[in-house]
Amino acid sequence: MSLAMFVQHFFNALTLGSLYSLIAIGYTMVYGILRLINFAHGDIFMLGAYFVFFGTIAFKLPWLPAVLLAVAASSFAGILVDRIAYRPLRDAPRISALISSIGVSFFIQNLAIVLFTGIPRPVQQPKILTGIMQFGAVRILPLTLVVPTISFVLVLGLLWIVNKTKPGLAMRAISKDIETTRLMGVSVDKIIALTFGLGSALAAASGIMWALRYPQVHPLMGSFPGFKAFIAAVLGGIGSIQGAMVGGLLLGFIEIMIVAFLPALSGYKDAFAFVLLIIILLVKPTGLMGEKLEEKV
Amino acid sequence: MKYGRLILGVLLVCIMAGAAFASEDVIRIGVYLPLTGQMAFGGQLELDGVKMAHEAVPEVLGKKVELIVIDNKSDKVEAANAMQRLIEKEKVHAVIGTYGSSLAMAGGEISEKAGIPVMGTSCTNPLVTQGKKYYFRACFIDPFQGAAAAQYVFDNGSKKAAMLLDVASDYCVGLGKFFEDQFKKLGGELVTTLNYQSGDQDFTAQLTEIISKNPDVLFIPSYFAEGAIIIKQAKELGAKFMIMGGDAMDNPEMVKIGGEAIEGFAFTTFPYDPSMPEMSELQAQFTEAWKAKYPDKDSNANSALGYDSYMLVIDAMKRAGSADPEAVTKALAETKDFPGVTGSTTMNATHDAEKPVGIKKIEGGKQVFVGTVMPNL
Repeated sequence: MSLAMFVQHFFNALTLGSLYSLIAIGYTMVYGILRLINFAHGDIFMLGAYFVFFGTIAFKLPWLPAVLLAVAASSFAGILVDRIAYRPLRDAPRISALISSIGVSFFIQNLAIVLFTGIPRPVQQPKILTGIMQFGAVRILPLTLVVPTISFVLVLGLLWIVNKTKPGLAMRAISKDIETTRLMGVSVDKIIALTFGLGSALAAASGIMWALRYPQVHPLMGSFPGFKAFIAAVLGGIGSIQGAMVGGLLLGFIEIMIVAFLPALSGYKDAFAFVLLIIILLVKPTGLMGEKLEEKV
Repeated sequence: MKYGRLILGVLLVCIMAGAAFASEDVIRIGVYLPLTGQMAFGGQLELDGVKMAHEAVPEVLGKKVELIVIDNKSDKVEAANAMQRLIEKEKVHAVIGTYGSSLAMAGGEISEKAGIPVMGTSCTNPLVTQGKKYYFRACFIDPFQGAAAAQYVFDNGSKKAAMLLDVASDYCVGLGKFFEDQFKKLGGELVTTLNYQSGDQDFTAQLTEIISKNPDVLFIPSYFAEGAIIIKQAKELGAKFMIMGGDAMDNPEMVKIGGEAIEGFAFTTFPYDPSMPEMSELQAQFTEAWKAKYPDKDSNANSALGYDSYMLVIDAMKRAGSADPEAVTKALAETKDFPGVTGSTTMNATHDAEKPVGIKKIEGGKQVFVGTVMPNL
């Protein structure tokens, strides 16, 4: 393999990996605070992409307002999902909320099929993102640099919110002990709604980035990236925000490099991702950067 | 208590008999097509074609024809379920469908056991009808289509080919193999074959590898949801070679998703297109009728196949003189020189319609019908 080709593969992997990271961050944040694997995350991701599609094509909005509106609308959708599907189950065993999230996921997918039809729709890309930068034989899309930057900034922002602000303190308290937090006078439901709002805003942001890279939207577009991001989150240690970032990048690199070095196995790219998930769960269930779960007595 | 049960039983028998009588007044034709999911676009166009044909000929044998449409969701399991429901619950006399060979194979297992005739619209894989008594199709088959694609690119100066195949799709793998066979037979060289899975969105790794092998042509018998993205990514990575596809990419949406990247893309399809320079009378009529009914939607080969499939079933019922599944099956197998929008249809021994292969190309953001190819097999 020539150097130019390797560098090209490297940037391909960087683009894919940072998209996975971006989705995984939202996944892991909700898990870290509520210990809930929110399977509807991938569907909020899809809603975000659709909102931008409608904003730019149907309402002819410029890009920036369309993106902001889409993020706000998805965030609201996330809070609504929490209010309807998770809040009534707050005191139920965790598995109930998990099952509820699977239900929500199917509901949103099918609602989207009814509302938006099942046909994939084209997404228009803003002009600044379509220019290709060429360095010798290596060609890089502007998104390849934009997406990791956005992921990185969002990770820093999230870490700041969780570690340095008052609502962040409440979030961390909830993740330790929800009942005691309530006794301390924290409005638990509001903080959890905020968590879902933030998580969904992240999902929408990643959905929009995804639609810019792979310019079409359809109602089931969130399910596979959702699974992949889940693997990335587990790989990095579910609950750890830095871990999700690393896990996503690692997954992207593994997928691309498998094809690069073993082209004959290119059809089994996804199988490798899932095999990886099984291995991690067997060998190091807490992931690369996850904290040890202490059993409460 | 005893009488209660008896009365209930009598009532049930009455209801069932009533239902049976009611169903005798109409002829029920089931339609199972992918109306959602990755193949939705083709499925919906075919459904529009079937509906148009149904409006044109709403009666046969003096009875009204009722269409029962079920979405098979581009999914093999759902396709089998849809067929089961059409046969067991809706008690259809015949079935039309489907787009997607994998789906047709799943549905075909059910219809074969039940003994209900099925007219496939655009399921082109040979295995769909192989060894089946009740499955027919209005389209040609992939060995023919793949050979035509190979012939076309070879005649246009391509000597080195690469392929990118969806390993989860029977249609895609089959078509790739038939392309390969013919291309090698003609004296061409296949430099590499790479794979992906249905639903994938990132093909950069495979494409980087293919570009490094420097082929003259890349053959991608994909569905359009993936195909448009593959072409776009190939161009982003600096691909200069020609790209050739199959009938599953005969779709106006390709241009919208692919944008400028898709310029010059060629594909094989069924011998009908609204942009055809020369049309038969039937084709001109169909094109006019379509424009009147769906003014803001272009027709394509799939809509024409949907139309032809319905007409073929009606024709068989007329010749059979009844809607009895066995009689219709027999009549369908005997179909000879039936004039359709996609050319004249004769069922061969393996239940495939023998038709020439059309070639289309994207030029100036539009699909242009280049001509037809009859491969030298």
